Amino acid sequence: MTKEETFRTQVRKVHRLLRLLFALFAITGGVLVYYMFNPSFFDFKSKSETIATVPIEDDFDRIENGIHVRTGLVDAEGLMTVINNCTNCHSAKLVTQNRMNAERWNATIQWMQETQNLWDLGENQEIIVNYLVTNYPTKTKGRRTVLIDIDWYELED
Amino acid sequence: MKRRSFVKKATLSSFAALIGTELVFGSQMLDGYIPLALQDPDPFKLFKKHKDMIVLNDKPWNIEAQAHLLDDKITPNSCMFIRNNGLVPEDIDAKTWTLTVDGESIKNQKTYTLGELKSKFKQHTYQLALECGGNGRAEFDPPAKGNQWTIGAVHCATWTGVRLRDVLEDAGIKSNAVYIGYHAVDKHLSRDPKKEPISRGCPMSKALQDETLLAFKMNGEDIPLVHGYPLRLVAGGWPASVSGKWINRISIRNKVHDGTKMTGTAYRVPCEPVAPGEKVKDEDMCIIESMPVKSLITYPKTGAIMQKGKALKIRGHAWAGELEVAKMEYSIDFGSTWNTCSIEKPVNRLAWQHFSASVDFPKSGYYEVWARATDTNSVVQPMLLPGWNPKGYLNNACHRIAVKVK
Repeated sequence: MTKEETFRTQVRKVHRLLRLLFALFAITGGVLVYYMFNPSFFDFKSKSETIATVPIEDDFDRIENGIHVRTGLVDAEGLMTVINNCTNCHSAKLVTQNRMNAERWNATIQWMQETQNLWDLGENQEIIVNYLVTNYPTKTKGRRTVLIDIDWYELED
Repeated sequence: MKRRSFVKKATLSSFAALIGTELVFGSQMLDGYIPLALQDPDPFKLFKKHKDMIVLNDKPWNIEAQAHLLDDKITPNSCMFIRNNGLVPEDIDAKTWTLTVDGESIKNQKTYTLGELKSKFKQHTYQLALECGGNGRAEFDPPAKGNQWTIGAVHCATWTGVRLRDVLEDAGIKSNAVYIGYHAVDKHLSRDPKKEPISRGCPMSKALQDETLLAFKMNGEDIPLVHGYPLRLVAGGWPASVSGKWINRISIRNKVHDGTKMTGTAYRVPCEPVAPGEKVKDEDMCIIESMPVKSLITYPKTGAIMQKGKALKIRGHAWAGELEVAKMEYSIDFGSTWNTCSIEKPVNRLAWQHFSASVDFPKSGYYEVWARATDTNSVVQPMLLPGWNPKGYLNNACHRIAVKVK
């Protein structure tokens, strides 16, 4: 081994050691940062479960009992058109709270186009309005409804 | 050499630990795991709201109380309704926050830091009733468009700040001033930076009232973010939309302010009464000013079952916009007879008033306790829905609770 070779080997060793130290430092740092945000994780007493992958894609538009879980909208013809056009700016809750006829829904769409940056819906407009008036029909309430859904309880004291 | 192998082992075990971390992490996430795109922040934790508050809308956030949650004399944050038109602003820095006063009718445009507002002007505290113009909308028939508020879009917290009048007068008000309009930093739902979600205001007469505040404290603490931190205009007795949140500019206008939700049908009712469902032209709609007389039974919660022969102690609050409540009554026979409740004076103008009564039931059975307030102009709450209007504002029909006596 020449002096130069020895020197190179030593440099390589030092280099390797530095890399290891850096890796250790990064990992420890990472773990600490993680611990800061999620301290409960290091509680090893909680029993581990079998690992399985969740098919996120399927989950995203899951339907349960005829309801699109993510939005709460009724699963019916036109559902995805409504989701894609009507839940970008506001929540689907604003849709499902309201009860309007076709004329008023069309007027509302026009208002959103004029003032709220809604795009031209083209042929989808009819699909959307049909979906809304079919699945969220208006109900007659009169001048005052009876009290419904009363949660009865014994009054203490 | 020993040292090196130790380092090597340590590194490996670190890696193992790290991989282990990720695996265990994955397994722990399984329970109740929601893909990122579906995640909704929990509004109850986010805004520190009572678990019985009702979320009407999550984008934008609109959350209302129920009558029994409003039992406190001074509404705590946990039970205050949230009505947002746009997205809650992020990254607010109170240290660098400024308020600019400008407009056609200002003598000298001025900008104040929060610190300057607090130190330069006298501070005042008032308890102020704020009710959403659309509170009660859910009852209108045909249904009115918008968030379907039932009865819980009202609160009466204490607000601390400086008088808007003092600030406007410091900058100088021209004699042709008509209206003020506020501007704020919340973002439009479409995220279009050129659009304001809401920019409303009030006539000078309301702006110059003692109780109209530029508030920086609510119930003695910094205003919670969702209620307008760090600066909110508070104008009690008027639709709560006049009380703009996250305010950074007030304009003194030489005409009725024409900001977003001042025009068209927003916060307006037909100038002349219309039949239910009738179409009304924009120019025939008039801006809502003072809110009407109204009341809520906050105790007991509806659905109480009680023993025959026992008196039921009811209580609640009543308010009347710019006016005071002069009389409070209850009925247990659907309005055939009315009995008087005792009612306290407001702690200050524009605060709600507390009423109470002891109710006797003549025999067992199903009852409804109805409450009705009368204002100082002898205007009484209607038992039926008041005049229909296209946007479903100003429903001040009597509140009622169900009671069973056995």
